[in-house]
Amino acid sequence: MRDLFSRTLQTTIIFLIVGGVMALALGGYFSSASNVFSGSLISLQSWFSSRFVAVQDFITAPRDIASLRQRNSELESEVAELQAQVIQLQQQVGETEILAALVDFSRASPDNTYLAAAVIGRDPSPFLHYIIINRGSNDGILRGMPVVTNQGLVGRIDAVIADAARVQLITDPASNVNVRLENAETDASLVGSVTGDLLLELIPQDITIEVGDLVLTSGLGGGYPPDLIVGQVVNVRSRDFDLFQQATVQPVADFDRLQIVLVIVNFRPVDIAPLFPTP
Amino acid sequence: MRNLIAAPVILFAVMLQSAVVSRVYLLSGFADLPLVMLAAWALQPEVKTAWHWAAAAGLLVGFVSGIAWFVPVLSYLMVVMFAQVLQRRVWQAPLLAMFLVTFLGSVVLYLLSFSVLRLSDVPLPVGDTLGLLALPGTLLNMLLAIPAYAVMRDLSGWVHPSQEVE
Repeated sequence: MRDLFSRTLQTTIIFLIVGGVMALALGGYFSSASNVFSGSLISLQSWFSSRFVAVQDFITAPRDIASLRQRNSELESEVAELQAQVIQLQQQVGETEILAALVDFSRASPDNTYLAAAVIGRDPSPFLHYIIINRGSNDGILRGMPVVTNQGLVGRIDAVIADAARVQLITDPASNVNVRLENAETDASLVGSVTGDLLLELIPQDITIEVGDLVLTSGLGGGYPPDLIVGQVVNVRSRDFDLFQQATVQPVADFDRLQIVLVIVNFRPVDIAPLFPTP
Repeated sequence: MRNLIAAPVILFAVMLQSAVVSRVYLLSGFADLPLVMLAAWALQPEVKTAWHWAAAAGLLVGFVSGIAWFVPVLSYLMVVMFAQVLQRRVWQAPLLAMFLVTFLGSVVLYLLSFSVLRLSDVPLPVGDTLGLLALPGTLLNMLLAIPAYAVMRDLSGWVHPSQEVE
């Protein structure tokens, strides 16, 4: 009976001591001592681990590294090859989509004969909005031929050499296209600007223009064939003291992303300059 | 014979300008790679003359561009002139000289282009041209000046190896 009492007391004291130590530890009273202890242990374990890894590397490295490096280089070259293939295929898909849209467009207007050309550059001067295409006089391109995409009018041929041509975009500051507003049934003049914005000018004051009106080539002047889509009116400026109204036009073609264009090769521009009297 | 290196370098610069640089816009302006490369080449201490580089680059750009051919020719000749004046008389710090030549060259190019186009009845508003085209273009030219100078210094060292050793 006395032994049982003594063991119970011992057990209780041990539990109390352990509980007290745990409580002190949880309260943070042993943190410095435990940090020193755990730090030493971790350092020691790190030392053993690093030595073991070094010895293991020394024993197994020559064979494994050589084979792994070889395999790695093989896989890297394979990945590079596959990446190149993916990029090539993506480009082909993009070009196919553009070409399909252009074919649809040319089928929709069978009166015109089109020649597809890739855009290979832009004018080196920021003042001018020209592109360079990879078709020239060898392909039957002539100066003045209109250039379109499946979306609408882009510009016209400005200069030609044997295998390339320069196209003046309708956004060029020197460009001037005679257009008509589909809903308003009136003619106007579309001019480009240095910033690439398109402005409609010479719209009579008595004409009502709505935002969203479609702008098409009128064919007047003989520079462009009629009824090519140019863009939509996005903003109208009409002031009482002006002779004419002005409007801003959002072009249908994305001039920053031109990749492939169509040249209308059966259109011959008419030069009407000799008809104007010279002073 | 050393001057023959001008042909592929200028051709490469004009191709790069037309195909890549002129598609990288800041507002409505973009950098002029042939101008910057010409300035960098003309400022190299080993280079005695770069007039033929300027004439060739100007003619090539004039051929590709829709602008009058004499605009880039005159502008690039002026760039070489600025470079020679600064190299011989004023500046010893090459990068400062590079920045100054690039800036002056850009100003001359834009001024000349603007004047010629205005004389050709092209409607160019001064404010838009200056704020959206000339200033961003000049800034891009200045940014391009540092790498262009480094590339042309290496090229100059490769073309004139004996003088570099001395």
